[in-house]
Amino acid sequence: MSLSLFLEQVLNGLQFGVMLFVMAAGLTLVFGVMGLINLAHGSLYMVGAFACAAVAAATGSFWLGLAASLAAAALAGVIVEIVVIRRLYTRDHLDQVLATFALILMFSEGTRWLFGSFPLYLNTPEILSGPITFPGGFQYPAYRLAIIVIGFAVAGGLFWLIGSTRLGIRIRAGESDREMINALGIDIGKLYTAVFALGAALAGFAGALVGAIQSVQVGMGEPVLILAFVVIVIGGIGSISGALIGSILVGLTDTLGRTLLPLVFSTFMDNSAATSTGSALASMLIYILMAAILVFRPTGLFGARS
Amino acid sequence: MRREFWINTVLIGGLLGVVVLAWLLDEPFIITLSTKVVIFALAGVGLNLALGHGGLVSFGHAAFFGLGGYAMGILASHAQSFEPLQLGPLVIEGSKSMPVIWLAALAVSALAALLIGSLSLRTSGVYFIMITLAFAQMIYYFAISWPAYGGEDGLLIYVRNGFPGLNTLDPIQFFLLCAAVLGVCLFLVDRLVKSRFGMALEAARQNPQRVTSLGIDPYKVRLVAFVLSAAITGLAGAIYADLNRFVSPAMLSWQVSGEIMVFVILGGVARFAGPLAGAALFIVLEHFLGGLTDFWQFWLGLLLLLVILFARGGIIGFLAGERRHG
Repeated sequence: MSLSLFLEQVLNGLQFGVMLFVMAAGLTLVFGVMGLINLAHGSLYMVGAFACAAVAAATGSFWLGLAASLAAAALAGVIVEIVVIRRLYTRDHLDQVLATFALILMFSEGTRWLFGSFPLYLNTPEILSGPITFPGGFQYPAYRLAIIVIGFAVAGGLFWLIGSTRLGIRIRAGESDREMINALGIDIGKLYTAVFALGAALAGFAGALVGAIQSVQVGMGEPVLILAFVVIVIGGIGSISGALIGSILVGLTDTLGRTLLPLVFSTFMDNSAATSTGSALASMLIYILMAAILVFRPTGLFGARS
Repeated sequence: MRREFWINTVLIGGLLGVVVLAWLLDEPFIITLSTKVVIFALAGVGLNLALGHGGLVSFGHAAFFGLGGYAMGILASHAQSFEPLQLGPLVIEGSKSMPVIWLAALAVSALAALLIGSLSLRTSGVYFIMITLAFAQMIYYFAISWPAYGGEDGLLIYVRNGFPGLNTLDPIQFFLLCAAVLGVCLFLVDRLVKSRFGMALEAARQNPQRVTSLGIDPYKVRLVAFVLSAAITGLAGAIYADLNRFVSPAMLSWQVSGEIMVFVILGGVARFAGPLAGAALFIVLEHFLGGLTDFWQFWLGLLLLLVILFARGGIIGFLAGERRHG
């Protein structure tokens, strides 16, 4: 395997990883602060992608679409939080799983109703549509590179938000003692809505960014949601840094596994058997990684030890 | 409890009544729908043991449902092509006989549950939910990318498998066979729940520390319950694949895990006939709402949401009142 192919796969893995992070960050925040497991997070990802595709198709501007994805997902998040989610904070995880499963059904069918069953197409913006040439002649699509940069920028922004702003202080306080923060005169209900909307906006943003390289269709959110679960199980639920490490680990393992494993197997098997065994094993690799981490750290890499 | 007994009797009697009526009026489609209800209920009975009685919220029971389906598909496809299955030194003949297939499905899903459970039960709460989901996805993606048994396209079986002394191609006979299996499993699970083991399981859900102090290891009790629960769901998977004469990775998908959970919750968690009530309501909704609108799942979602927010005991809980203890 050539060095440039390897480098390309590493970058693809990073791109996949940072997008998983943007998804997983919202999930882990919502769980950390409100103790809520939200399966409908994937639906918010889908809402963002559809909003971006619809607005971009109507106005011709990807950037307006991207802004619309943030607004639509945050709005959907606020509505869902006020109507449904806030009744679930005191319920057990089973009720939360089922209620948010019901929300997935409603979001998916509602979107199918509005937009039909066919996938929408979203083009990458003009300015980022070509490849970028690195010194040494290695080329990589500019849009994917931009996604990596944006992903790390979002990570930086989140660390700043949680670590050094007033809202971040409140979020951290809400995580550790919700009665106390309430007693100190902070409206916990508003704080929860804000955190949920933030997570939703991030999910919608990720959906719009990924929607431009994949197709925008109903059901696009759930595979990503499940991977985001793997990420936060690996990283430790509630931990943003855990989510960052976990998603990059998962992104790289998955992408590199898919290219490298068939090559590894072809050194001692015939070609077709190597391809099928290698790709079958590669598709299981991140779950094996998760199982391995769980054996040693049942609460994830950065999780609080129980 | 007395009221619940009558509700269960009406429920089971109602289902049998519908089937007898359909048989008299020669409506094989209604019989097939009822067979589907019975099989889904069986899958739910399996999950209810872990989720309802053990408090183990498994979001990955599709793995066992699908593995049961594949046990049937693989054995029957080898029988159909007359090529034995080679597993290293082990040579397994294919089979078209339901009892053999069922044993295989029970064994395969129990073994998978032993592996998945022994890892997942190290955790609890949300971690457990996500990990069972993730393991089911792992098997799903494996089934998609492994080409030997059809990969994404699945496996088609030409003729439904046989059961000694019955003509399984006759809808009413196949229905009665499935109903008998469900009856046996309901009886066994009911006995199990009321046994010493069932009490230990219930206690491990309510207060693991106290159970430990009594000298019972909650991990072991839960693992056994998880394995038994998976085996029953696996059996349901094998029978479901036989109903359709088809198995594909779709049986392993996360939506199926969600649906099996919906049967249990709609019907009533940890209720004797909860899964049957839930599965029956699900099929009725699918059939009638599906006829009215293409987007019936939207209304299913709304109903499910309302049940969870406002009627927590499901159908049986709504009709029979709260469980005595829980």
